[in-house]
Amino acid sequence: MALLEIRDLKKYFPAAAGVLGRAKEHVKAIDGVSLDVEDGETVGLVGESGCGKTTLGRCIVRLIEPSSGTVTFEGRDLSSLSEPAMRDMRRKMQIIFQDPYASLNPRMRVGEIIGEGLRIHGLAKGRDLKERVLELLARVGLRGEYFGRYPHEFSGGQRQRIGIARALAVNAKFIVADEAVSALDVSIQAQILNMLLDLQQELGLTYLFISHDLRVVEHVSDRVAVMYLGKIIEVAPAGKLYSVSQHPYTQALLSAVPVPDPSRKGTRTVLQGDVPSPINPPPGCSFHPRCPFALERCAEEEPRLEFDGQHGVACHVFGPGGKK
Amino acid sequence: MLRYLLGRIMATIPVVVLISLLVFLLIHAAPGDPADLLLSDEASAADIAEARRRWGLDQPIYIQYLRFLANIAYGDLGMSFKYSDPVIGLIGERLPATIELAIASLLIAVLIGIPLGVWAGAKPNSWADNLGSVFGFFGISMPSFWLGIMLILIVSGYFNWLPSSGRSTYGVGHGSDFYIIQSLLTGNMKTAWDGIKYIIMPAIALGTGMMGLVMRVTRSSVLEIMSEDYVRTARAKGLGERTVLWRHVLRNALVPVITVVGLELGTLLSGSIIVETVFAWPGSGSLLIAAIQSRDYPLITGTVLTYTIAFVVINFAIDMLYALIDPRIRFGK
Repeated sequence: MALLEIRDLKKYFPAAAGVLGRAKEHVKAIDGVSLDVEDGETVGLVGESGCGKTTLGRCIVRLIEPSSGTVTFEGRDLSSLSEPAMRDMRRKMQIIFQDPYASLNPRMRVGEIIGEGLRIHGLAKGRDLKERVLELLARVGLRGEYFGRYPHEFSGGQRQRIGIARALAVNAKFIVADEAVSALDVSIQAQILNMLLDLQQELGLTYLFISHDLRVVEHVSDRVAVMYLGKIIEVAPAGKLYSVSQHPYTQALLSAVPVPDPSRKGTRTVLQGDVPSPINPPPGCSFHPRCPFALERCAEEEPRLEFDGQHGVACHVFGPGGKK
Repeated sequence: MLRYLLGRIMATIPVVVLISLLVFLLIHAAPGDPADLLLSDEASAADIAEARRRWGLDQPIYIQYLRFLANIAYGDLGMSFKYSDPVIGLIGERLPATIELAIASLLIAVLIGIPLGVWAGAKPNSWADNLGSVFGFFGISMPSFWLGIMLILIVSGYFNWLPSSGRSTYGVGHGSDFYIIQSLLTGNMKTAWDGIKYIIMPAIALGTGMMGLVMRVTRSSVLEIMSEDYVRTARAKGLGERTVLWRHVLRNALVPVITVVGLELGTLLSGSIIVETVFAWPGSGSLLIAAIQSRDYPLITGTVLTYTIAFVVINFAIDMLYALIDPRIRFGK
C-alpha cells in the first residue's frame, strides 16, 4: 500500500455567481486526479501556470477542502477525519510554501515560528523546545543565534530554510514542496534542493515536489507526473519521462527546456493557441485543440491514464493502447 | 534611541509656538472685550481702563504675544482674568476629570470595538458581521452631543437609572483628582461605584463614535490579514482556528487599529469639550467653554495649549507602540 493514495480527486471553485448567489459556472482546478506516492520517494508534479498543481498540493493536506474524491494517508481517509483529528494528522504531512517572504509571520521570532508546531502538538516545551529548535536550525544550515531574530532580517534563501525547519519540526513524514525554490536565485536553488535531498536521506522523508521548472524536477524526483488543465496526462519514472515521453504535451514541454549548448539546435515543438479556460474545458481530451496529432476520437472521448508498467499516459494516439 | 527621543521633543516646540500664535490671534480677533464682559455694569470708564491696563490689554498685540511667550518659557501661563488665579492651577484642578472621562471612553471604544471587529472580520458576511457593521455605523454616524442628550432623556429622565449630570454624589465639586481611580486604588468600593454611575453615560456618549471607527478598522484589517500567506502557514502547522485568529491574525491586524486609536484620542479630547458641557462634567472642557464665554484670554490659550501638548504626547506614545508591536519598525537607526 502506498503512503499516499489519491483517488479521483476533484476541486471545483465556483466562478460567476448567478442570481440568489448560486454558482453558475465552476473553475475545474483539479478534475479527477489519481496518484500514488510511495514511502520514501519523491514525486515531481509539473505543468504550466494555472494547471492545478498548487490546488492539488493544498487539497492533499486539506488546506483546501476537495469537492470530491479521496486522499488516503497511511491507510486513513483524510476526508473522513474530524477537524481535531485532521489537525493532529497535519503533524505528519507538512507543506513548504512558494513565497518565503510572505509565508512567515512578520511579528514572530524565528524560534517561535519553528517551535509553535512543536508546542501545539505537545511534542516539546520549555528547555526541550528550545534545544529542539536549535537542532532544527543547525539541520537546515542556520546558526543558533538566529533563534531570536525576525523573518525580515533574513534573505530569501535563509527564509526558505526557516520554512523547511518549520515543516520538519513536527517530525513530518510527507512534505508537499509547493514551488519551494522557484522564488530563489539559481545558486540558492541548488543549495536548498541538495539540502532537501540530504534531509530525505537522513530522515526518510517523502516529497511531493511541485514545480514548473522541469530541470529542477528532474534533479530531485524519482517519478514525475505532468498535469494539464487539472488532469494528470502522463506519469513515469523521472529518467523515462525525460527520455521517452509519450504524450505530445509532455514532449512540447520538454522541447521548451533550454539546453546549455549553443551549437545544438533543438527541434522545438511550438504549440498553437493558448491553454483553454478551465471553466469550460474542451470535451474529450482537453489537449486536443492544440495537439498536432489529434484524431476525431480525441474530441469525443476522454482518454484514461493507461499504464505500461510504471509509465502511464492519457492519450488515444500515443498511449499504451494507442495506434501510432 | 536617546537622540531620537530628544529630536522628537525638540520637534514639538515649533508646533506649540505656532498653535499658541494661532490661538492668540484668533481670540483677539473675536468680538467682545473681557473688561466689558467681566466687570459689573456699574463699572466706570476709568475702572475699565484700569482693568485693561492691569491685564496688559492696552499694549499692542505683538507686545502682548511676546510677553505671553516669555512667560511660557518660565512655565507660567498667566493669571485668569475671571478667577484671578494662576491658569496652570485652574487647569491642573480640572484635568484629572477630563482624563478619567477620556480613559473611560477609550475603554468602551477598545473593549467593545476590537472584539466586534475581529468577530465580524473573521466571518465576513455572516450575521455577526452584519450586526457588528450596523453597530459600527451607528457609532460613527451618531453625534456625541445628540447621543448624550438622548441618554439623559431616556436613562435618567424616563427610567431614572443613572444621574444625569456632575461627577459624584459626595460633593467632589471639581475634578480635583482621579475620583474613580483613587477610590479603586484605596479599595473604597462605595465611592468607586458612585463615580462609575456618573461616568457611564458621558463615557458612552464620548466613546461610541470611536468604538464604531475602531470596529470598522479592525474588521477590514482582520479581513486583509486572514488572506495572508503566513496565516495559511499557521493553519498548515495544525493550529486551531482560534489560535490562528488570536496569535497570528490579531497581532498583525492591530497596527492600523492603533493608528486610528491614536488619532481618535485627539478627537476624544475635543469631543470631551461638548460632552462635558452636556453632562455638566467638571473637566477642563467645560472650563474652556466658560473661559471662551467670558473672553478669559489667558485661560483660553492655556487650555488649548494643554490640549495641544496632550495631542503631541499621545502621538509620540503611539509611535513608540508601533515599535513594540511591529518589530520591523525600529526607530533611531
